Amino acid sequence: FYTLFMLQVENVKLLDRYTNRKAANGTVYLTATHLIYVDASAEVRKETWILHHHIATVEKLPLTTAGYPLLIHCKNFRVAHFVIGQERDCHEVYTSLLKLSQPVKPEELYAFSYNPKMSKENREIGWKLTDLKVDYQRMGIPNDYWELTDVNKDYEVCNTYPPEIVVPRAANKAVVIGSSRFRSRGRIPVLSYLYKENNAAICRCSQPLAGFSARCLEDEQMLQAIREANPGSPFMYVVDTRPKLNAMANRAAGKGYENEDNYDNIRFKFIGIENIHVMRSSLQKLLEVCEMKSPSMSDFLTGLENSGWLRHIKAVMDAGVFLAKAVKDEKASVLVHCSDGWDRTAQVCSLASLLLDPFYRTFKGFMVLIEKEWIAMGHKFSHRCGHLYGDPKEVSPVFTQFVECVWQLMQQFPCTFEFNERFLLEVHDHVYSCQFGNFLGTCHKEREDLKIFEKTHSLWPFLLQKKQELRNPLYRGFTAYKELQPNTLPFSFQFWCGMYNRFDKGMHPKQCVLDQLLSCVSQKVKLEDDASELENKLPFLDGPLPSEACSLSKVGNAASKTPMLNTPQDYEGDPPPVLSNGASEGELDGVSDVDQKHKENLSLYRDLHDLNDTIDVLDSEAKDGKPQHH
Amino acid sequence: MEFAELIKTPRADNVILHRPFYLAVEGTLCLTGHHLIFSSRRQDNAEELWLLHSNIDSIEKRFVGSLGTIVIKCKDLRIIQLDIPGMEECLNIASSIEALSTLDSVILMYPFFYRPMFEILEDGWRSFLPDQEFELLSALTDEWRLSCINKEFSVCPSYPPVVIVPKSIDDEALRKVATFRHGSRFPVLSYYHNKNGMVMMRSSQPLTGTNGRRCKEDEKLINATLRPGKRGYIIDTRSLHIAQQARAKGGGFEQEAHYPQWRRIHKCIERFNILQESLIKLVEACNDQSHNMDRWLSKLEASNWLTHIKEILTAACLAAQCIDREGASVLVHGTEGTDSTLQVTSLAQIILDPRCRTIRGFESLVVREWLQAGHPFQQRCAQSAYSNSKQKWEAPVFLLFLDCVWQILRQFPCSFEFNEEFLIMLFEHAYASQFGTFLGNNENERSKLKLPQKTMSLWSWVNTSEELSKFQNPLFEANSLVIWPSVAPQSLQLWEGVFLRWNRPSKFLDEAHKEMISIINYNKELQAKVNALRRQLAEMTTNDKMQENL
Repeated sequence: FYTLFMLQVENVKLLDRYTNRKAANGTVYLTATHLIYVDASAEVRKETWILHHHIATVEKLPLTTAGYPLLIHCKNFRVAHFVIGQERDCHEVYTSLLKLSQPVKPEELYAFSYNPKMSKENREIGWKLTDLKVDYQRMGIPNDYWELTDVNKDYEVCNTYPPEIVVPRAANKAVVIGSSRFRSRGRIPVLSYLYKENNAAICRCSQPLAGFSARCLEDEQMLQAIREANPGSPFMYVVDTRPKLNAMANRAAGKGYENEDNYDNIRFKFIGIENIHVMRSSLQKLLEVCEMKSPSMSDFLTGLENSGWLRHIKAVMDAGVFLAKAVKDEKASVLVHCSDGWDRTAQVCSLASLLLDPFYRTFKGFMVLIEKEWIAMGHKFSHRCGHLYGDPKEVSPVFTQFVECVWQLMQQFPCTFEFNERFLLEVHDHVYSCQFGNFLGTCHKEREDLKIFEKTHSLWPFLLQKKQELRNPLYRGFTAYKELQPNTLPFSFQFWCGMYNRFDKGMHPKQCVLDQLLSCVSQKVKLEDDASELENKLPFLDGPLPSEACSLSKVGNAASKTPMLNTPQDYEGDPPPVLSNGASEGELDGVSDVDQKHKENLSLYRDLHDLNDTIDVLDSEAKDGKPQHH
Repeated sequence: MEFAELIKTPRADNVILHRPFYLAVEGTLCLTGHHLIFSSRRQDNAEELWLLHSNIDSIEKRFVGSLGTIVIKCKDLRIIQLDIPGMEECLNIASSIEALSTLDSVILMYPFFYRPMFEILEDGWRSFLPDQEFELLSALTDEWRLSCINKEFSVCPSYPPVVIVPKSIDDEALRKVATFRHGSRFPVLSYYHNKNGMVMMRSSQPLTGTNGRRCKEDEKLINATLRPGKRGYIIDTRSLHIAQQARAKGGGFEQEAHYPQWRRIHKCIERFNILQESLIKLVEACNDQSHNMDRWLSKLEASNWLTHIKEILTAACLAAQCIDREGASVLVHGTEGTDSTLQVTSLAQIILDPRCRTIRGFESLVVREWLQAGHPFQQRCAQSAYSNSKQKWEAPVFLLFLDCVWQILRQFPCSFEFNEEFLIMLFEHAYASQFGTFLGNNENERSKLKLPQKTMSLWSWVNTSEELSKFQNPLFEANSLVIWPSVAPQSLQLWEGVFLRWNRPSKFLDEAHKEMISIINYNKELQAKVNALRRQLAEMTTNDKMQENL
């Protein structure tokens, strides 16, 4: 195991911003896939694993008295602040990480070397877990109005669409081809979601090449076909998710938006979601706020406001809500696009599906939703997540925003999702980890060229294995709630500390309700087994138990074993000085027995929490595929 | 005075009630001396709304033709609207409500008329007596004594008749110290930390004035709490600047020269109208229906409410840290010692003392550190967020305390025996109640009003098993450790249960809460069943063995 290290540097400190604890001292190891920090000062071995693919930036900071600082920002919002004793070491780690975190060729990505012990058959079954055809069948497609067509099987209509797409039956091949010539990158209107109850559909595409006056008969026929596939409504919405100004600017480049006069019975509407560049810089500002060293409440709230992040989240949510309402309440179909129809359009369509259909709020459904609206429809994960060395202007947290919208919904509707917050964080982690093939490349064609389906593993079976810890104990089942109508007044949106300050454990609640409830759920299974086993041993005693037995028995709860991470913060600014007689805390004279005992308790509980950290780390190792190193 | 004189129109029909998230309901409105009662007679869903006049913070009226509308804004932050046909009826009703909700005599308040409908098992007025507290303390240490120096409220009008002071300080010395402290609030024991024998005391500011007056007895008193060779901390809840300014008005702070064994730390906690303004701004922001996110965030920031929460919690954590981690005794005071001082001392106890995190213990804490300690509830809670009066003495000091407790509860959801509902209930009763507990400004006033004889105590009602069940936290497991909350801005949240309570539908959150309770209760029942079965099995085996032996 240890011989696999490419680099080993000792005498490294890892600073912790939020506790008063002394900085850990330890060793950094670099492997082909991970940076591993082993804390030597802790009594219990404590490891921190950082996947190279998760590293967003590496910075050398000015020399301090403690040594040479190296600041690492990760795409999952971990911030690791190392201080390295030797300048040469620091530089070596720095240059190695720069190389390792930005592979040039796709074959260098982790997914191509990740090799869990899994049979070829199981690996292939894993890829078939999310069959989009089945999802269309669930919506009732094919039917009288919609069909699944292989018109794009050789990527002739659109090279960023999957081979099979759903279009109105009334749109023949000529209409499809004609429309594709009038849409940016050939991304024609296709079905995203059909609301079976009333035949209203959500469709998606890219912007029309309308310029100032161009029109296209086939495109107009295409929209008419979509509208007529929903006979219950005399009109359909066409929603441009861009701010009007952006859309107008595109006209000068021969692109733009639909002219209401040219299309029959459409209602055109702008929903101002900002572009990828605005979102990137907004996240950057948000992260600067999250990283501030002891900010005041005012600093934080002002920073949060100035970042604009929650404003953008609300805009995405509002758009999703608009779509869902149009479909459900107005019974009207909606065609959605932005510029290329792979960022904002993906966010908004998937959010609307989630609001309309409880299936997408299950594990399986959420996986299908991501496969369908994001992966298949060509959201450029590779560029947006910066998987490979490339143009930093292509990077943008589009998917992160979608994940956050789902989290915001979870806050308002705690019983409606089968999965919990950790599931969202896992998915988010793996979008960046490149450990699984799902999110590699930019579109279906590219994934085929990369031989993703032959050479890599799918994320979903891996997550389903961990279902027990990723489930929502409050979930009330598939049928308990149908459509969701979230409140979108600004106060309904919260800052997601669990995401953006996820690794600052000191900021999180010290006791976790989710853990408590999960342990209840697993305890329940055991108790039910115990009860039935005992009942079998008491064959002649059936009927209800004496009621006093219930009220008298003492109830134990295993959940109490969850250790708390709990030390005081710096509440004063500068810590209180050593007491006047020079005694430090450890050597107080006249320490009572009680005091001693408590100290033992405290240290025990410190160990427990370190142990817990280690367990956390081990968990994430398992996730990151440690088995291959053994 | 007869209430009837104030009620010209006791009843109006065909009144329409509007509330957010409910359909408008038509019904009959009745006014009584203490209540506004609205009852709908819809057959399918008859409902009644009872509103205490004392809960009404402000009332607005407007007319469209002969249809009058009154908007009632309550101290619990709810807003309702009533459409009343008939100009005269509407005017009469509005003026009656205005008069009845602003009665200036305490003895006309509802608690003096309220007759309980529940069986009284325990007189809440006698549930938390200082002698009992002292008995608990005496079991741990003999360094303190109960002094009856204030028996007739003659030394300090805002202190209770008995207080706990160092054993080595006699009443004569106390009398001298009282003259050296603002409002005669000499240092008394607030909390004894059993783990290391350190204590927290509270007082008001010393009256050093500009010429640096000193009082040997005061120095002796607080030094009596120090272990030999050890230092203590004075936490002054004002900024150094404000404390220095206070000298011009005869107040001041402990000079290093005269208190060499004490280190003074200034923590600025705001007071009075600044807090009231903050509440008004916050509630205004929460009621804003605008969809503009920037506007919401900037209003939330400008209200400064969360800043106050952070400041108060930080000071409390610091006090707790000095006691538990530094092993030092602490004296806390601001100016009067009746507001920010009590916030800090009571929150520090919640952090340090697991007992304060139980229902009974928290009630006792509210009685000791707020009611007996002389927080002027009647002045502070006279009006709430919709007040127009802008009186200097109105301030949501107690609400801020409850909010801080909620923040800690949110961070340690399994360490409290009570739930959020319990805190909200206390907020409501502090501002308007059928019980006498929060009437008056101190024990002196309460005794003059004969509240224990003439009114019912809140605790008599809360501690009935039926009520208690509503306030129990299903996740509670006794946690004997000190709990250190995070005061990072990311860790503090707007208390939605109070501030957004009437502004959003709660259906889905309520369902989640019910689901959680049912999961936990089901497990408890299962566990009980398994235990019972085990016992039966064990009994059977012993019986079998006995039979074998026979």
